[in-house]
Amino acid sequence: MRNEALTEKQTALARRKAAEQSKGKVRHKISMTLLYIVLAIVGVFQIFPLVWLVLFSLKNNQEVFELSPFALPATPRWENYVRVWTEGNISLYFFNSVIYTGSAVILTLLFASMATFALTRMKFKKKSLFLGLFMVGLMIPVHSTLIPLFDTFSKLDLINHPLSIIITYTAFNLPITIMILYGFYQVLPHEVEEAAIMDGASVHRIFFRITLPMTAPVLATAAIINMIYNWNEFVFINTFISADNFKTLTVGIQNFIGQYSTDWGAIGATLVISILPILIAFIFLSDRIVEGISAGSVKG
Amino acid sequence: MDQALSSKKIIALYLSPGLLLLLALVYIPIFQTGYFGLMEWNGISQMSFVGLENYALLIRDAAFWDSAWHSLLLAVFSALSLIGYLLISLVLAGKIKGANFLRKIYLIPMLLASVAIAQLWMKIYHPTNGILNTMLMAIGISDPPAWLAEPSLALFAIFIPIIWQYAGFYILIFYAALKNIPESLVESAKIDGASAWDIAWKIKVPLIMNVIKVTIVLAVVGSLKYFDLIYVMTNGGPNGASEVMASYMYGQAFSRFDFGYASAIGFFLLVICLMITWLIRKVTVTDEDIQY
Repeated sequence: MRNEALTEKQTALARRKAAEQSKGKVRHKISMTLLYIVLAIVGVFQIFPLVWLVLFSLKNNQEVFELSPFALPATPRWENYVRVWTEGNISLYFFNSVIYTGSAVILTLLFASMATFALTRMKFKKKSLFLGLFMVGLMIPVHSTLIPLFDTFSKLDLINHPLSIIITYTAFNLPITIMILYGFYQVLPHEVEEAAIMDGASVHRIFFRITLPMTAPVLATAAIINMIYNWNEFVFINTFISADNFKTLTVGIQNFIGQYSTDWGAIGATLVISILPILIAFIFLSDRIVEGISAGSVKG
Repeated sequence: MDQALSSKKIIALYLSPGLLLLLALVYIPIFQTGYFGLMEWNGISQMSFVGLENYALLIRDAAFWDSAWHSLLLAVFSALSLIGYLLISLVLAGKIKGANFLRKIYLIPMLLASVAIAQLWMKIYHPTNGILNTMLMAIGISDPPAWLAEPSLALFAIFIPIIWQYAGFYILIFYAALKNIPESLVESAKIDGASAWDIAWKIKVPLIMNVIKVTIVLAVVGSLKYFDLIYVMTNGGPNGASEVMASYMYGQAFSRFDFGYASAIGFFLLVICLMITWLIRKVTVTDEDIQY
């Protein structure tokens, strides 16, 4: 009798507990679904403007104004792309962007690697002072250097010269690049380099033949971050370059869009062309980009 | 073996290309900016020394203080939006499937040129054919505003693409920091019966306080320097309604050719940025190097 009552009580308790648990599970499921919805909305907000951009780059004005903004045109008008590429100077701007970006990336990586090599592998006093000298650059607003640079380049006849752009990009990207490299160099074992020194290899040989190849992964990360910054740079190019044949895409699309201000398809196609290299890089190298941005997040 | 690695010549050789470039193109120019700020100069003819006159002018220049106020508003907005990014990151860094994919998607706008973003959002805000007003009209708002042409709305309208651009960046930083928190800490709090909310605010957030501090500096200083997007979207207009310090300085230099005055603004900007960096780090002092 007594025992039976007890087991009854126990089963009731167990039942209630199970009910509570499943209620908790349901509540958990609902809140998880809500969270996913919030995250998805953020994702749509981030992507949607770009999808809309691609859609209107494939329409003519009539289709932009009359079709639903989300509708695909009956026949995508690829000719918008052909037209802006061949009629305007977009192909020239694109080429200039590639040249300036590429040259500056190579110089930045070389100089930053040399400095980081000295700072982490060589033996001298006041290392932290030198590291600090490189890092202070991260805090300097571009606008506080603009007028003197403009003045100096004018005096040296480097206004409307690619060199002014390439060396400025190189200098301003050195701090962030050294910061990215420095972390990697610090955890990289010194043994291989030390063994090479024992064998009598020169410092230059060690740097070019051993250190640079060993740091290839972080160089790739730094390269892609540099590429993004240079490709997107606007203030320097807008200030130092006024001749059309030396402009890059960021400034070039400004003028171009000014001329075509009512032609939505042409503007859309121009914008897509200008961001396409970055998007392609992102598709293939997103992990490296994420890594680089995290490692160099002081730049902002 | 130490001999080769402590050769002064070789050390100088490896450090000098980078140092010389930085000196010539970053460090010497900021001192020159300070010097030019004491001059009256149109960029072409001889400059003449005027002492602190440019700064006296700056103090009385209402248009400059308007631009400084707008920069400050942007800085406050940006700092406040960090709370939203932190919330999203807390969710994302929980046990969410596809978190890695999502944070990459969020990041895409940050990789694009501000100029392209500005052009795209000018189209989004287009009064008659932009996607925003098209959608507003579709839900029955018959007379939506011309966002960028409306003095009371322009600055706010510019802030939306700024959020769009930088959200992924801050989420990425917070996410990485949250993922670094040892699982064992969270587990033991769970065993003690702490709710998810408590774990987030009383354990996770304090543990990443140093990272939060860095992001506050980045958001505030970044806003004070903000330029590209505003220059393209409104060039400070309409009627100065979206002018910020950097765009005001740029206009004084390269539209009005008042290089002396613009240099004074440039130097002021530098001092403000350095001071605020120092101040935020000072004010938000936490126990450095929290031990896990």
